[in-house]
Formats: sequence, structure tokens, C-alpha cells
Amino acid sequence: MKLIIPKITFWRVVAVLIVIAGLYSTYLRLFGGLSASTNLSDDFPWGLWIGFDILVGVGLAAGGFSICAIVHIFNIEKYKPLARPAILTAFLGYLLVIFGLIYDLGKPYNIWHAIIYWNPRSVMFEVAWCVMLYTTVLFLEFIPVVLEKYRYYKILNFMKKIGIPIMIVGIILSTLHQSSLGSLFLIIPQKMSQIWYSPLLPVYFFISAIGAGLSMVIFEAYLSARAFNKGIEAELLSRVGLISVIVLMIGFVIKVIDLIVSGNFTLLLTINNYSLLYYLEVLIGIFIPFGLLIQKTFRENRRWLYASAVMVIAGFLLNRLNVSISSISPETGVSYFPSVNEVSVTLMLIVIGLWSFKLIAKNFPVFTEEMHQEEYEAKLKENTATN
Amino acid sequence: MLKQKAILFDATLCVGCGECYLACKQANDLPETNTDFLKDHLGANTYTVVEQYEDVYTRKLCMHCVDPTCVSVCPVGAFTKTELGPVTYDEDKCLGCRYCMQACPHHIPRYEWSKVNPRVRKCIMCYDKIKNGEQTACAEACPAEATIFGNRDEIIEIAKQRLAENPDSYYQHIYGLEEAGGTNVLALSPVPFDKLGFATNLPKEPLPTYTAKALEKIPGVVAGGGVFLAAMYWLTKRKNKIAEEEKQSNFTKE
Repeated sequence: MKLIIPKITFWRVVAVLIVIAGLYSTYLRLFGGLSASTNLSDDFPWGLWIGFDILVGVGLAAGGFSICAIVHIFNIEKYKPLARPAILTAFLGYLLVIFGLIYDLGKPYNIWHAIIYWNPRSVMFEVAWCVMLYTTVLFLEFIPVVLEKYRYYKILNFMKKIGIPIMIVGIILSTLHQSSLGSLFLIIPQKMSQIWYSPLLPVYFFISAIGAGLSMVIFEAYLSARAFNKGIEAELLSRVGLISVIVLMIGFVIKVIDLIVSGNFTLLLTINNYSLLYYLEVLIGIFIPFGLLIQKTFRENRRWLYASAVMVIAGFLLNRLNVSISSISPETGVSYFPSVNEVSVTLMLIVIGLWSFKLIAKNFPVFTEEMHQEEYEAKLKENTATN
Repeated sequence: MLKQKAILFDATLCVGCGECYLACKQANDLPETNTDFLKDHLGANTYTVVEQYEDVYTRKLCMHCVDPTCVSVCPVGAFTKTELGPVTYDEDKCLGCRYCMQACPHHIPRYEWSKVNPRVRKCIMCYDKIKNGEQTACAEACPAEATIFGNRDEIIEIAKQRLAENPDSYYQHIYGLEEAGGTNVLALSPVPFDKLGFATNLPKEPLPTYTAKALEKIPGVVAGGGVFLAAMYWLTKRKNKIAEEEKQSNFTKE
């Protein structure tokens, strides 16, 4: 066997350094507890690991169910090449969310307690069940890719039969999960800035997740194209980009109407940290990408499309951190900024996510379904003929 | 039916001696955290504190809400609103998500941040003592009757009486009658409560009703979503099929 020595590139060195730092922080978290590894306190019980690893992680996985609905439920076949990369992104995203939860939970070994101790009045209970069930569904949605590679045609055939009901369950679970992450904050109306607090928070979380999830698909497709020339039709991606920004704009219009009706619109007219953060969030995440992608020339330019997708993702990130951290006024004037260890663990999760995506996309028919599909159908005919 | 218990704290009577603070430490077997009790804060080893605001002393402790936010938000039901009134905590169920801390309107639960097996810590109204008909340690220790313990309905009567008998010494409000659905720790004060660090921007209805409004939509989303998606699948599939057939028949015509 030939030993393959990977080429040393800038990003590979960065990735390795991040993982080393992340592992050291993991050691601190495991043996020193949360105070040794985080800047969390009684005033700020939730920080970066909830705001980013959980809220952003789940949100960016929303491309999975959105594309699934477009392709398999609304039967718009031309988006089919996007389905597998989107499902893989979602599946890895959810696995990383669970991985991140293990860092954040005080007693991670009790994570399974939600199965036996029920409290249906808790939004967190709903969140816990959505994570468990939807990760299972994503596994079922992704497993055909593996079955295809190893030619388990009988199971594959069976999976095909139960495919649609599984997709429907997946879309419903995603809808519940995305929105319930917003519902988590409904119970602290008096602690949050009214710029972000609204009874419609679950709706905003749902809409923005679809928008950002679709941009995530563009982002991943671009990276994959760079990494191993397994690209996706540019025209398809530019359409996804357009849908993404239109969805986000619809969300913004609802938000503005909501602010006017509730009388909180004036909060945006006074300049302070809250309103500036909000402006930054909508400018990067909605206005600039919308302004760009609404124009055909920018939309069909690969670089601008990619840049817009990155902006949407950045704006989305900012939104989730604003809702979960910045909007909450502390009791005692204590402020929170994530520790080096919180950041390094988060970066490590991102590296693991990108690296796993690349590895799987390289070795399994994620981008090249069509070819395998034909091969598979021919094989299937052969099988039935011999029987 | 058991009668709900309650604590009444009267800031006009409190002399700031710190007996309640010490009694609480002792009753719960907690280590010393500060040599000057007036400078101490609630923490994993401190379930009640005495605070000084100009010439008024006040106490901080779990308010034991009537419809507690912590009980409603805990995914595994680690908090219980007992029949007697105290809100208790089961560390064996807890998974450490800290939603209780994030959600508590009175900013009470504290965490053992430095431990590898951390627990949420807060006053449980000496549940083991009051189950046996005793008072809480803090009420027992108070030499000035600033903290008293009794049945909630009687405690409310006493509070009303005090407001009526000495209208000039009190700010005319019983804290805990209506705040976020009411509490089992009630308070009286000579000054408005926000001056003593109490949460005064709370709605009248219990906070769990805010999340209940979202949670009760789940069955509708599941049922409606299921029907809608199945119908869309069937319709679009059929449309594609018809389009396909038309294409085919056009093709044969030509």
C-alpha cells in the first residue's frame, strides 16, 4: 500500500492548529468544568456554544429540508442535484449540534433524560425531541447514498418506498425545530430588547433559517467545486440564491410591520448599541445580498453569488447571537464575551464539519447521483429479469 | 387540601443583622463565602442575601412563584412546585441546560460553574423542615419579625393589615401578589420595589403562558403540515405525469 502524504497548504495548517487548540479546550472543559473553559456566569448562563453551535448550527442545516421539500414534495425535479449535498450538510450539521451540546450541557451524560423524564410544557423538551427525531430522519435520508456506493439494492429499494413519508416527517420536524428555537426566548419578554423580542420569534427563526439554509447550499457547492471539481450547475445555484434573498426579504417585511404594529419601531430611530447591531444584521444578512442577487448580472456571476451567500450566512449568525446574547440585558451590568476556549471549540466544530463534508463528498455519490442512478436502475432490471 | 405556605419579608422592619443569612448557611450546610454578609451575592453556596439600599435593607431569595417559570422550562422536569408551595430541584434529573437560569424572572438560580458535575442551586424554602410543620430557618432566626412564615392566605392578610395600619411607612404595594402570576415569597417596602432591585417590569400573567401560546400550535402544525405536504406531493406528481403524457402524445402525433 502506498502511503499518501497530504500536501501542506495554508488552510490545512490553519485547520490542524484549530483542532489542536480545540482539543486543549476540550481537555479544560472535561476536567475543569465550565468555569475553566468558558466566560459563562450566573448573569450569562448561555453563551457562544448555545448562540452559535446550537442556534446557528441548526439554522444552517435548514437547507436540507427546504431543498427536500422543493425536490421531493413539490416535485420540481431540476433542483434534484442539490438534494444530496443539502441533506449531507443538514445531517452533519445536526451531528455537530449534538457534539456541541455535549460541551455546553453541565451534565452531558444525562442528555438522554429527555427520553424518560417528560415535561411537555417546556420548549426545551420540544427542542430535545426534535433534535433526536430529525437526526434519525436525516440519517434515513442520507443512508441511500451509502447503500448505493456498496450496492445494497434490496434495502435501497425498500428505502425508496418509505422515502416520501420520511421526507414529510422530516419537513414537519424541521419546521417545529427551527421555530421552537425562537420560542425558547418567548419566556423572557422583560429581559430582551424589544427590537428582537416578539411573539412572532418562532416565525422569524423559521423564515430566516430557510433563507440562510439555502445560502449554505450555495456556499457548500462553491467549496466543493473548488475542492474537487464536482460542481453544480451555475444556473441552478443562482436561482437558489434568488429564492434565499427573497425569503429573507419577506421575513424582513413581516418584521417591520410587526415593529410598527407593536409600537416598537421608534427603538430603531434612536442610535444605540442595540439598534446599530440590528442595522448591521439586516444590512449584511438581507439588504446587500438582496440588492445584489435581485440583479441578473450579479446573480449569474459565480463570485458575487458566493459573496452574497457568505453575507447571508454572516448576517444570520449575527441575528442568532443578537437574539441569544446581545439583546439580553444583564441584571448587574456584567457583560459577556466568549472565552478563547469557547471560540476554539466552535472553530474546531466548523473544521470537523467542513472536513467531514469534503471526505464524504469525495468518497460517496453526493454530487454524482445521476450516473449512479442509471447504473442502479439497469442493475435493478437485471435483477428482476433473472428472478 | 394542604394550605400553601409563604414567607413575608417586610423591609420596613428589617434591621440588617444578617441572622437569616447565617441561619440559611447553617440549615443548608453551606461554607462561608464572604466575611461581610452585606457584600455577599447569591451564589452556588449562598441561597439568600441581605442587601443595603441607602437606609433600607432587603433580602434576595427564590420567590417560589405560584406558576414557576423554572418548572415550566425545564426539559426533564427537574423542578417541582410542591403542594406546600416551595419549588424544589432534583439534581439527578438535571442535564445542565441552564434554561431555568436564563428564564427565571427574578434572576435566582445559581450554578456550580467550577464543578465537573455541576448542579443548580437555590433556596428551596427549607422544604424538609416545613413538611414537618416547622418554619423556614430564616423566619425562625429573624429577631425583628421582618421575615415571617405561615399559610399564604394568612400571610397576605397580615401584609394588607400592615399596609392599612401604617400607610405612611409603606409603599402601598404587596410584591408577589400579582407579579408574573404571584409568588410564595411576598414583600413589603418603604420605597418603590425597583429601588430595592426587585423585578418590577413583570407582566401580571405567569410567564409560562407566553411559551404555551407557541407550544399549543404544535398539533396544528403537525396535522396541517402533514395533510398539506401529502396533498402537494400528490398534486405535483400528477401534474408532472400529465405533462409527461402530453409531451409523449404530442411526440407520437408528429
